[in-house]
Amino acid sequence: MSLLEVENLVVEFQTASGPFRAVNGVSLKVNEGEVLAIVGESGSGKSVSMLAAMGLLPWTAKVTADKLQFNGIDLLGMSPSERRRIVGKDIAMIFQEPIASLNPCFTVGFQIEEVLRLHLGLDKAARRARAIELFELVGIPNAAERLSHYPHQMSGGQCQRVMIAIALSCNPKLLIADEPTTALDVTIQKQILDLLMRLQAEHGMGMIIITHNMGVVAETADRVIVQYKGRKIEEADVLSLFESPKSTYTRALLSALPDNATGDRLPTIAEFLSDDQIFAGAVR
Amino acid sequence: MTPVLEARNLVRDYQIPGSLLKRGRTVHAVKGVSFAVDQGKTLAIVGESGCGKSTLARIVTMIDPATSGEMLIDGEKVDIARDGLTSEMRRKVQIVFQNPYGTLNPRKKIGDILSEPLIINTRMKADERRDKAMAMLKKVGLEEKHYGRYPHMFSGGQRQRVAIARALMLNPRLLVLDEPVSALDLSVQAQVLNLLADLQDEFQLTYVFISHDLSVVRYIADDVMVMYYGEAVEYGSREDVFSDPKHSYTKTLFAATPRADVDSIKERLARKAA
Repeated sequence: MSLLEVENLVVEFQTASGPFRAVNGVSLKVNEGEVLAIVGESGSGKSVSMLAAMGLLPWTAKVTADKLQFNGIDLLGMSPSERRRIVGKDIAMIFQEPIASLNPCFTVGFQIEEVLRLHLGLDKAARRARAIELFELVGIPNAAERLSHYPHQMSGGQCQRVMIAIALSCNPKLLIADEPTTALDVTIQKQILDLLMRLQAEHGMGMIIITHNMGVVAETADRVIVQYKGRKIEEADVLSLFESPKSTYTRALLSALPDNATGDRLPTIAEFLSDDQIFAGAVR
Repeated sequence: MTPVLEARNLVRDYQIPGSLLKRGRTVHAVKGVSFAVDQGKTLAIVGESGCGKSTLARIVTMIDPATSGEMLIDGEKVDIARDGLTSEMRRKVQIVFQNPYGTLNPRKKIGDILSEPLIINTRMKADERRDKAMAMLKKVGLEEKHYGRYPHMFSGGQRQRVAIARALMLNPRLLVLDEPVSALDLSVQAQVLNLLADLQDEFQLTYVFISHDLSVVRYIADDVMVMYYGEAVEYGSREDVFSDPKHSYTKTLFAATPRADVDSIKERLARKAA
């Protein structure tokens, strides 16, 4: 059974110049133990569609969908308090800016124990033991000592490890990682990706990685969705996407990689593709 | 031929002041780096955050003086700590920063942003300045109608074009590019890289290109210098560095860079299936 099932998701924002459609009819499915990558440039609606699934968008956003189900439960019909019981526990999310997504006023230990208290109701000693266990799992040295540190005392890579530990604290069924390594150095990026993939395999989690980096897609995903301006352009398993991309947009995106440069100039998308041409091959 | 830029054993230390309970200390940001760039060539400086590459950019752009060591531009020794900075020197080196959303004054029109370096450093008349700004807009792929617009009306890629145009207004010999494409989308990144290559051909510009993205470096650089904790651990031509990295850190860096080719995907999937 699929873990997350989204059909015809539409997200609109009210702006001064009328409604703006950030996500326009996107459908997707993630199975247990599967890694799905959503790729797209800024403004493609890749983050917004996942925030909509999590219910984290501000009230100004209008979210509609034919189907938005997690593990067979309808997410849209739920009351906010019911939804909060699932979000953060069974569906967890990691964000792009690890330092900004932690609260600077509290120790990292407090922030991870808060999750354990709210969702699992553990007592004080059990919370601390579990927090240390989680820190060790994500590779933070001197875990017990680190619990009393504040985010500003840690590096970006360490903060991202803390975020991963918090996300994993309740053994989620689905982990959504929104550009988890964009703000990090290449060597740290490698460590974090390796860590995520190891944990995903060990726990058999479903996972969605949102990224604009084709390299990250190639190194992590089983299946890939390519988005452009709120629409799904292509969906394929990772090998066929890189080997024989079907849509012109994906082909253009891959040829714009400096790795694939053949001549003196890099091919660019805007130079030979209009929006109509990109959407012509779009899938639902 | 004298290189446009030559650095000999550049060192930069920062003093961290102490407090009542803490003793002050010295951070060695750049520990003796030497390199040379010929006209029309690109030197790429690669490294992680905190390795001193931006400090080096500030020294080369003459924003900060070096603590010790020599820097020669066009064969002339430059020491801003002793001699100060003249508009003559400022004209030779210009810089483009990483984030085009932060480097353009939101309250100034594009035309004023482009003319400002001319007002400060030259005695050009207003109509000449205007003509020059218009011409430069076209050079970087924008249009004359953009002259009177404000930065918020432009996309990230267009803003980076404006930042590049501003840097070129004084006809510099050397352009320091501090992560110029890392805030941009893939397709826009390709456009800006193409623009930089075209401008280099046209004006015989010399680039110092700072980046942490090895695929971009491989595409644009002639020479590559890898920095690690303030030291240049590897320095050589692009072919040498990429085909035969000597230092263990360079090897780690290459191994960590995600690869987007079909063979490595097949390899990974095979590993996963096993």
